[in-house]
Amino acid sequence: MSAVAGSFAVTRRQFLIAGSGAAGSLVLGLPAIAMADDGDRMIGFFVQIESDGSVIIGSNQPEIGQGVRTALPMLVAEELDVDWDKVSVRQMPLGIVKTAEGYAWKYGGQGVGGSTGLTENWDYMRQVGASARRQLIRAAAARLGVPESQCRTKPGVVICTSSNREIPYGDLVEGAAALELPEDDAALKNVDDYRIVGTKQNTIDARDIVTGKTKYGIDTVEPDMRYAVIARSPVLNARVTSFDDTEARKIAGVLDVFEIEGPEPGEPYLILASGVAVVATSTWAAMRGRAALQIEWSASPNASDSSEKFWRENEAMLKGKGQVVLDDGDFDVAIESAETVITHQYRVPFVSHAPLEPQNCYARVQEDRCHIIAPTQMPSGASRAAAAVTGLPRENIRVDMTRVGGGVGRRLTNDYVAEVAMISNKTGWPIKLQWSREDDVKNDFYRPGGVHEMHAGLDGDGNVTAWAQRLASGSKYYRRPNMPDEELFGAELYIDDFPRRIVDNVRMEYFHNKIGLPRGSWRAPAHTANAFVVQSFIDEIAHETGQDPLQLRLGLLGEEREIEYSGHGGPTFNPGRLSRLLRFVADRIGYGKALPKGRGIGLATHFTFGGYAAHAMEVTIANGQLTIERIVAVIDCGLAVHPNAVEAQLQGGTIDGLSTALGLEITVRDGQVQQSNFHDYPLARIAMVPSKFEAHILPYDDTPTGVGEMGIPSAAPALTNAIFAASGQRIRTLPIAGQLRRNV
Amino acid sequence: MVSFKINSSEVSFDGESSTPLLWVIRDHLQLTGTKFGCGIGQCGACTVHIDGVAQRSCVVPVAAIDGRDITTIEGLAPSEDKLHPVQEAWLEGDVPQCGYCQAGQIMAAADFLQRNPQPSDDDIDKGLTNICRCGTYVRIRKAIHRAAELSAGDKT
Repeated sequence: MSAVAGSFAVTRRQFLIAGSGAAGSLVLGLPAIAMADDGDRMIGFFVQIESDGSVIIGSNQPEIGQGVRTALPMLVAEELDVDWDKVSVRQMPLGIVKTAEGYAWKYGGQGVGGSTGLTENWDYMRQVGASARRQLIRAAAARLGVPESQCRTKPGVVICTSSNREIPYGDLVEGAAALELPEDDAALKNVDDYRIVGTKQNTIDARDIVTGKTKYGIDTVEPDMRYAVIARSPVLNARVTSFDDTEARKIAGVLDVFEIEGPEPGEPYLILASGVAVVATSTWAAMRGRAALQIEWSASPNASDSSEKFWRENEAMLKGKGQVVLDDGDFDVAIESAETVITHQYRVPFVSHAPLEPQNCYARVQEDRCHIIAPTQMPSGASRAAAAVTGLPRENIRVDMTRVGGGVGRRLTNDYVAEVAMISNKTGWPIKLQWSREDDVKNDFYRPGGVHEMHAGLDGDGNVTAWAQRLASGSKYYRRPNMPDEELFGAELYIDDFPRRIVDNVRMEYFHNKIGLPRGSWRAPAHTANAFVVQSFIDEIAHETGQDPLQLRLGLLGEEREIEYSGHGGPTFNPGRLSRLLRFVADRIGYGKALPKGRGIGLATHFTFGGYAAHAMEVTIANGQLTIERIVAVIDCGLAVHPNAVEAQLQGGTIDGLSTALGLEITVRDGQVQQSNFHDYPLARIAMVPSKFEAHILPYDDTPTGVGEMGIPSAAPALTNAIFAASGQRIRTLPIAGQLRRNV
Repeated sequence: MVSFKINSSEVSFDGESSTPLLWVIRDHLQLTGTKFGCGIGQCGACTVHIDGVAQRSCVVPVAAIDGRDITTIEGLAPSEDKLHPVQEAWLEGDVPQCGYCQAGQIMAAADFLQRNPQPSDDDIDKGLTNICRCGTYVRIRKAIHRAAELSAGDKT
């Protein structure tokens, strides 16, 4: 492969994604780097074409089950013009390049969170495919001695229209790779010409998964690898004062035992907690060694934290005045002059991510370099964590990504990468760190819990004229570096959400409660709490003012129009797209039909990070027993690039939302998390899911939104609204658990 | 020393006899298709067949399987080219999302269908309790019915 071939890898698009500042040096600096790790049948970093016409497409993003490892290569294959059944996919490692201005992306930005995996790469991946196709055409034109305009492609082949000669891509790849990349972008296909994008394709790795061949982080086996576990403090923010490892070291296979220093209380997290590491020749020996440790823990400032205290404090806070973070119009005047005023409080609990693959990571730290193999959503964070622990420059840290056994937001944080790097750094051995399920449930960055107080004022015609949401919670941004207190609300209240700019007088007020539980991003973060609260409250307003819950929502959302939305998923929000979905689910489920006693239908809808979803659910409540009879879910994600995964995400998101609403809560007593495993943190099983479950995709326009988080937020309120319709019992505290009354 | 058969191969293990079968399979035999999810027999990610019956290998001490016959996900398909009907149905229905629990789901379903060749949805709800964190249950249910059809077809 020639030096110039590598320069192709840098499209202008990549340059744009790589960020400003590093521009010129990045483009000029790349060819040598490209040569270092690329095969010789590569066109750029992403596309490899074999002589038999098979195509290997690189996937730069972590696959956590959301389907990017299939969807992104579909975009490349579409524009490259190859048959999908000729494509296989190769996972790319983290690519960062040191420049004079700092680190820049080598393969485009990498990391999945906020449902951006597809949207951030939509232009880029199409351009990768289109540019490679253009190089193949140019190579064919040069070989045949004809102008490029006389060449076109059909899948896997360049055709010269004047001579009717055909050359397979496989015969052109070396010539194509040697051509310098033009400065301008290659032309992209029209949506109408798509043959792969928008068609039903299976998960690219499905066969390997069902035969047990796929490697997750936990499956990593490397030469001379040792196994490690860590005993972490049972009390939030307590630290190791001393430990006795006499018995632990007697266990066959235990090689070493040492302290892991944790963060000071209040300090930003690199790892979650202070602890004692046990290194052994097998996972089980390490676990047995850990069980034999005697550890003394320090007193903790959070030793008296409890859920009861937290809820009490939140309710007390709400009696005072908080930080007003949004104040459109004049809420005080509007509520004063309202014909009807409605107020309710809702409680949303802390919950754990509990991805099914417990946290784990492999690290090999050597004197001048480090190798990380991680199940992570944020490989750049893994690189930073390893750099922080080892002091090595990031360009000397290789981060390989495996398929990830569930992300849910937990693996945006790379604390387990830092831990294993610490252990490998200390011992000099290649180490695989393994968390148990108990480690995972008790040491998480939990979705924050909070108490929401809602106020609405209505005029004599039933129009909502005033709206307030007052929230007391533990912000996710707590213990973030350089985060001022007055910005803590931003993780919990998304000020541009419905009904802002729909209702004239809207206020949001925030109170921060500094409970010691670590907090983080849980799939669709604050949307899960706020959709439950807002969609429940709307329902309550409708019932209490004699309005139909569907009509009240439709009246507020109105017809299609773009309104400003400055938060993630913006720059605009089109409430009419929610109206369309609501009408659809209401129609499908037969909203308004006569139902037997004890049966009811509930609706909810929400705009999440740029995507739109709605749910209708029909339930029966008999003698305090809930049966979900039927679910209709719908998503509008713009253009559905990989519809099979869109449907899967909608099904799975809905089930995640229901599972969480039905039974999941993390509680604290005496500074300790009380749950430990799936017996007391009961994720839903198949029996919860009704046989009648429809998941629909309503297309809109020709640009995709993300899909990973949109299916969750409206699921819980659709369920609790259905419970109310069936039984007259309003659920204002999650989880629903044992709240359902028998006497209905 | 414990000796047993796994995917038709004779193997032995001379470590600590209380070691859960799961960790012998994963760490010592390096068959990593069988997954660790909870360690207390709750989630079923570690499901294997012991003498043809689905069991959660994280709570079976290796001492208990001396002389017995284990099948893991790697050994479920009759051959490299021909998948087990449950695997076939899982592929057809594109069940996996993250995929981590699916080996356990498939092993559980394969055993379940032996005992319930034509299951109703209610049978499925009662008979299958493996956890899928991604919530692939809609497709799992469909795939089990499809696998039942494929199995019936195989027998005729």
